[in-house]
Amino acid sequence: MEQQPRLDLFPAGKLTLTLQRLCHELAENYGDFQDTVIIGAQPRGVFLARRIGLIIKEIVPTADLPLGELDVTFYRDDLRRHAAPLQPNQTRINFQIEDKRVILVDDVLYTGRSVRSALDAMLAFGRPRSVELLVLVDRRHKRELPIEPGYVGIAVDTIETQRVLVELKESGGNDEVFLIDRT
Amino acid sequence: MPLSTRHLLGIKHLRPEDLHLIFETADNFKDIINRPIKKVPSLRDVTIANLFFESSTRTRISFELAERRLSADVVNFAASGSSVSKGETLLDTVNNILAMKVDMVVMRHPLPGAPVFLSKHIRANIVNAGDGTHEHPTQALLDCFSLREKFGSLEGVKVAIVGDITHSRVALSNILALNMLGAKVRVCGPPTLIPRHIASLGAEVSFDLRETLEWCDAANMLRIQLERQDIKYFPSLREYTMRYGLDLPLLNSLDKKLVIMHPGPINRGVEITSEVADSEQSIILDQVENGVAVRMAVLYLLAGT
Repeated sequence: MEQQPRLDLFPAGKLTLTLQRLCHELAENYGDFQDTVIIGAQPRGVFLARRIGLIIKEIVPTADLPLGELDVTFYRDDLRRHAAPLQPNQTRINFQIEDKRVILVDDVLYTGRSVRSALDAMLAFGRPRSVELLVLVDRRHKRELPIEPGYVGIAVDTIETQRVLVELKESGGNDEVFLIDRT
Repeated sequence: MPLSTRHLLGIKHLRPEDLHLIFETADNFKDIINRPIKKVPSLRDVTIANLFFESSTRTRISFELAERRLSADVVNFAASGSSVSKGETLLDTVNNILAMKVDMVVMRHPLPGAPVFLSKHIRANIVNAGDGTHEHPTQALLDCFSLREKFGSLEGVKVAIVGDITHSRVALSNILALNMLGAKVRVCGPPTLIPRHIASLGAEVSFDLRETLEWCDAANMLRIQLERQDIKYFPSLREYTMRYGLDLPLLNSLDKKLVIMHPGPINRGVEITSEVADSEQSIILDQVENGVAVRMAVLYLLAGT
């Protein structure tokens, strides 16, 4: 197969720098992270949320930030529009989110539909005080719902035929994020 | 990977991969139905008709709960008090219901093969909730799911099915599913209630309850289906109970913790005594709980096809 043209969005270790920058932004807004929880959307949002939790621990050693894993499969609105049902992942939220400040983490924001599902899934566990969205990659100009991230690793302008491929170390990748042309 | 079929007509029509996919999906649903909010919006745009041409309590409620917890719209139909008693054919009844835009049909019918017949004539996804003495696939799936929960895997697990094998759709579906998952199956009961060629399905046969219980890891105790028995197959219920009923002294005389299952409804004092049904070794109520999760998985996976 011919190699597709791909653009590395985080070359040469920039991913770590970006995550550190995002964590500093969070620390600015959340102070000592009182009443704050971090929830990663399965699968890659969970990996990112874990890393963010560790970095925040370095910046604010007193921070006690419970980590949740959220699977949105059963909350999607496109079951009957897919060729095959998606394989669900586990949801693990072992704490109350009632009246908590939630930082929701996902890898790529595109149409906003996954985040809509995630909000729905999360509300089944209680009523958070606030929810903010953190994404590694924001693909602008293709939102189908009024959903905007509060914290963005990198914003890219993409066209529909392009795809963002996130390959983190946790899933056997090399901490690379590519923009790929599907032609 | 999706299911290999659009309908759940019987275990016979499934592949081992399908069973594993259903179990893995059911794991997630079991998690969900133990949350404070037990409902997910997956089937919000799906309408399901429950057509019960034969009476049922557990299965009907279990299916309906599964459907509602997936946020599907549900219509219920029971044969008594319907146009069936006015002479309408099955196909006409179902086509009339489908004309009202129903996406899936869950059907129980007294005639073996009714769901297969229907699947050849209509577009909706069909789930067999029991067809006569033929198959009861969701019961077998929840039985195997419960055993998997207990033993981790069914590979090599020895399962006995005791009682009225001839008239039991639960037995047939269970034998097929257990074999597919690598379990060892033995049926046990009076010779008149064991079909002659059952061994060709991969089940051993025994007429001795004690010997069978000493052999197995789990025993599925079936009910005597008096309503399907046209002639007398044994002299009296009392004699049946004496030879094939499981009571506490018999259970305690085994030198192991046997797992006791029952698909319900129980005839207490006939196939098992109350003490056995309510004992610690019984997973009868786990089976019922798992039934909802397994049916949610089946409906979810079929709706996506």
